[in-house]
Amino acid sequence: MKEIHVSKITDAVAELCIKACVVVAPDVRAYMEQAVKEETGTARQVLEDMLKNQDVAIERNMPICQDTGMTIVFLELGQDVHVVGGDLTAAVHEGVRKGYDEGYLRKSVVADPIHRTNTNDNTPAVIHYEVVPGDNLKITVSPKGFGSENKSRLKMLVPGDGIECVKNFVLETVRLAGPNPCPPIVVGVGVGGSFELCAKMAKQALLRPFGSRHPDPYWADLETELHEKINATMNIGPAGLGGITTAMAVHINTYATHIAGLPVAVNIACHANRHEETVL
Amino acid sequence: MAEFRELTIPFSDETIKSLKCGEICYITGPIYTARDAAHQRMADMLAAGEEMPFDFEGNVVFYAGPSPTKPGMVIGSIGPTTAGRMDSFAPDLIAKGLKVMIAKGSRNDAVKKSVVEHGGVYFAGIGGIAALMSECVKSVELVDFEDLGPEAIRRLEVEKLPVVVALDSDGNDVYDRKR
Ligand code: SF4
Repeated sequence: MKEIHVSKITDAVAELCIKACVVVAPDVRAYMEQAVKEETGTARQVLEDMLKNQDVAIERNMPICQDTGMTIVFLELGQDVHVVGGDLTAAVHEGVRKGYDEGYLRKSVVADPIHRTNTNDNTPAVIHYEVVPGDNLKITVSPKGFGSENKSRLKMLVPGDGIECVKNFVLETVRLAGPNPCPPIVVGVGVGGSFELCAKMAKQALLRPFGSRHPDPYWADLETELHEKINATMNIGPAGLGGITTAMAVHINTYATHIAGLPVAVNIACHANRHEETVL
Repeated sequence: MAEFRELTIPFSDETIKSLKCGEICYITGPIYTARDAAHQRMADMLAAGEEMPFDFEGNVVFYAGPSPTKPGMVIGSIGPTTAGRMDSFAPDLIAKGLKVMIAKGSRNDAVKKSVVEHGGVYFAGIGGIAALMSECVKSVELVDFEDLGPEAIRRLEVEKLPVVVALDSDGNDVYDRKR
């Protein structure tokens, strides 16, 4: 059985927090470099500024965006791993504390949703655990800004609503979000499962690299259809100032569901679609 | 490059009136940061008849909370937050004289009405270009609400801060897709 010391987990999480906030994801970068050639006027100017910003962030080793988010952490823990030296959950929180301190990242978490006192170290993180075969620990860190999180929605559709209602709900969510989630956005969609799994799938869909496709051609085609429709018809554009670059990707994750249900969730990510992963 | 205008704070009423929805502007001068928690406090203070933490007349509020400042730097990353969350506070503050705002995203009808009524303007910055924007900030001074950390009110001297006129004094909205 492989042993992993908690201090390694803490260090890895800290490093991932900083890297995710400072270094733009390569797929976002590539998408924008292409899009800037296709836009004109203000939209082009905005994309140029976004690209420039990504360079400045790396040069000066500072976050792309001041909102360095609430830290979402996905752990895929191999069943043959033995975590030693302490508590796994505590080690992750400690890694967030360390990363946000050492990386000069903004502390944007309040301890209670109503009383709202800042915890001053960006903890607690939101941690999702999954036990998988093997002896690796995969850690994914996604600092999530709430400009875009706030525009996300979930609806418990019913089977009779069918695919048209799923499509309309996704499009309506993007339309309602408008300029607020800092477009160009990434649209993560969960369809099926239960109430909470549906929301989680939408978040996980945001972690998929651009160009990845749902394994079932039916859903893969829908990803393309929605992506094209959003960009062709909505004229939201970069920073919401108009243009054809509204969404950089639409990813749909699906799961089995109940005979009475058709849950659909849409999680929106801004152009600072931050996620970094490592395997220990 | 798209067309742009350079503006210096304070803005005269004539300058504000001349600004047209969609114009790209570069702003130079002192601006004050205030976001959710600071707005809540200012609203409470206003209701209690207390004096505001800074002079509103002719001044500019920036809905923003920077990331921490690294040693040797002027400020951390800084950029606009979503304006809509301040919509419930803005009309009272506009009426009090704080009629030039910088943030991102759309405003509600009440804010639009106040902007038209009091001859104000709402500028949108580009969200998420906060490393680039930090280079526009030449100095930072804490004004009030230090306990709010990133949400404290700070006075920033900015040079050529890039913004777009999002809501002009005639009530035209850059985000209105029926325009
Ligand atoms: S939505 Fe994203 S880019 Fe916009 S302010 Fe929030 S974290 Fe930054």
